[in-house]
Amino acid sequence: MNQVQFFRQLARIAILCVVSAFVLGPLVATVLGGFKSSAEIRTNAIGLPETWQLEHYASIVSSPEFWRYLFNSLVISLSCVFLTLLVGAAAAYVFAQIRFFGSRMLFSYLLLGLMFPFATAILPLFIKVRDIGILDTYWAVILPQTAFGLSLAILLFRTFFQQLPKELFEAAYVDGCGYVRFFWRFTLPLSTPILATVGTFVFVQSWNNFLLPLVVLNSREAFTWPLGMMQFRGEYLTDWNLVLAFVTLTILPAILFFLAAQKYIVAGLTGGAVKG
Amino acid sequence: MSITQQGPASETLVERLRRGLTNGRFAAIMLLLPPALILFSLFVIVPLGESGWYAFFDWNGYGEPVDMVGLQNFERLFGHSVFHQAVGNTVKIVVVSLVIQMPLALGLALLIYRKTPTNAAFRLIFFLPYILAEIAAGLIWSFIFDGNYGVSASVTQAMGTEPYFLLADRDWAFVAIMTVIVWKYFGFHMMIYIAALQGVPDDLLEAARIEGAKPLDIVKHVQIPLIKPAILVSAFFAIIGALQVFDVIIPLTNGGPSNSTHTIVTYLYTFGLTRLKIGFGSAVGVVLFLSAVLIAVFYQRIAFKKEPQS
Repeated sequence: MNQVQFFRQLARIAILCVVSAFVLGPLVATVLGGFKSSAEIRTNAIGLPETWQLEHYASIVSSPEFWRYLFNSLVISLSCVFLTLLVGAAAAYVFAQIRFFGSRMLFSYLLLGLMFPFATAILPLFIKVRDIGILDTYWAVILPQTAFGLSLAILLFRTFFQQLPKELFEAAYVDGCGYVRFFWRFTLPLSTPILATVGTFVFVQSWNNFLLPLVVLNSREAFTWPLGMMQFRGEYLTDWNLVLAFVTLTILPAILFFLAAQKYIVAGLTGGAVKG
Repeated sequence: MSITQQGPASETLVERLRRGLTNGRFAAIMLLLPPALILFSLFVIVPLGESGWYAFFDWNGYGEPVDMVGLQNFERLFGHSVFHQAVGNTVKIVVVSLVIQMPLALGLALLIYRKTPTNAAFRLIFFLPYILAEIAAGLIWSFIFDGNYGVSASVTQAMGTEPYFLLADRDWAFVAIMTVIVWKYFGFHMMIYIAALQGVPDDLLEAARIEGAKPLDIVKHVQIPLIKPAILVSAFFAIIGALQVFDVIIPLTNGGPSNSTHTIVTYLYTFGLTRLKIGFGSAVGVVLFLSAVLIAVFYQRIAFKKEPQS
């Protein structure tokens, strides 16, 4: 390695480390903050705690509300995943397999959701959800969230279904298997990679969503964790230790989940990048 | 794509229909398509249409909208200085995304796109903020910026100066917010570039190297032109993303101090929903919608103009 290459390499590592510090600093300060005493958090925001205090984490973990928020989020997110996969895959299958009058138009119609921000229709959505009588229930989040996620799901599903070998369908068809049966028996089981990608995306989006739950959920009983966290922050304005412990306990699962599902998230990103 | 079944030429319409029913083609369409269509129409398209309708009323959301006020909501909106500020802030986010965030993401992508273990580790680190909820990111940074308790408190204390509240400063609060936005999203753009860079064939880079091209020349004349589609896509995401910024602002400043850090969506929420001015808020929604559509159309025109097929 000559000198130029050596310095180039050195500069590269230096840049990467600086950016890493920028990225990780706030996260580390958050995790550690939950272990510090109130006095220490003012003077030593980034360093290691002098004495590791477990009380803040313990008080969050022992609060039933915290678990309630997580439970609500989990039910809502999993329902969104289930519904999106089922309804989205079914529609995408029709577009991939069957050519019929108006199919192109219906397909474009369903893709309209990709074009504009969710917030554009949030007020009428609030009115609608209230008029249907599902305000403050899980459904108030699940149905709109699923509906809005359908566009991307259908786009990704259709592309994948079109790549499945046609011979398979021909063989099944000759054996007397109709379209609907084929969808259940073959298309869905063969599509686990794309189901995992879309499912991961829907889950993360729903898990992190704030605006929709904020608008359609009123009672703390129904709060998802981002709402619960904001509420908690409002009540414990000066107790950063407690708030940081709360934040840590909710971002750790997200990070672990990401490490486990990494492959699918990245696949989804690059898939989207190719499509445009 | 689909299997074409050629029936006898003399087949009547009734026979064709029956065949469609027996192999389940018709049944499949009628069974598998409606759930998506109904859900999507009911919770996306219909509210969108209603937004356009409500925008012409002075309405608090109860009973029927009867008080038709024409374009008054739009006039009030366009005359409202806070709305101008919100639009300006949204534009600032776009500019920062294009001028700071994307070059940063591209530079980093170029440094770590090769598949080595250390690169993989850096990639994970840089992508981490993207997977956090915006609310969590906002809270984390509001701690960092807190003049009494956070990192900025430690800094002022170490320097022996007065506590400083960045987020309460009209001139600096939005700069702080944009820092958080870059922190949160640059990893996303970086991933798009990395995926694209990995698709650039190695022998092309090798050939350029043998011809004596310097590393920077290769970046400029080989890699960047080849990943142009990815760059265009990421720019589009950045622009459309800027239109939706909401969750980050709420825990950081909630639109303050004195309404200086609103974006279009926090404006819509604050002045439309929390005050139950459904008509006025819907007018904001309509403006947001039209901006998104206009951007999408123009972007397609401009960005993809010179590409022969796409």
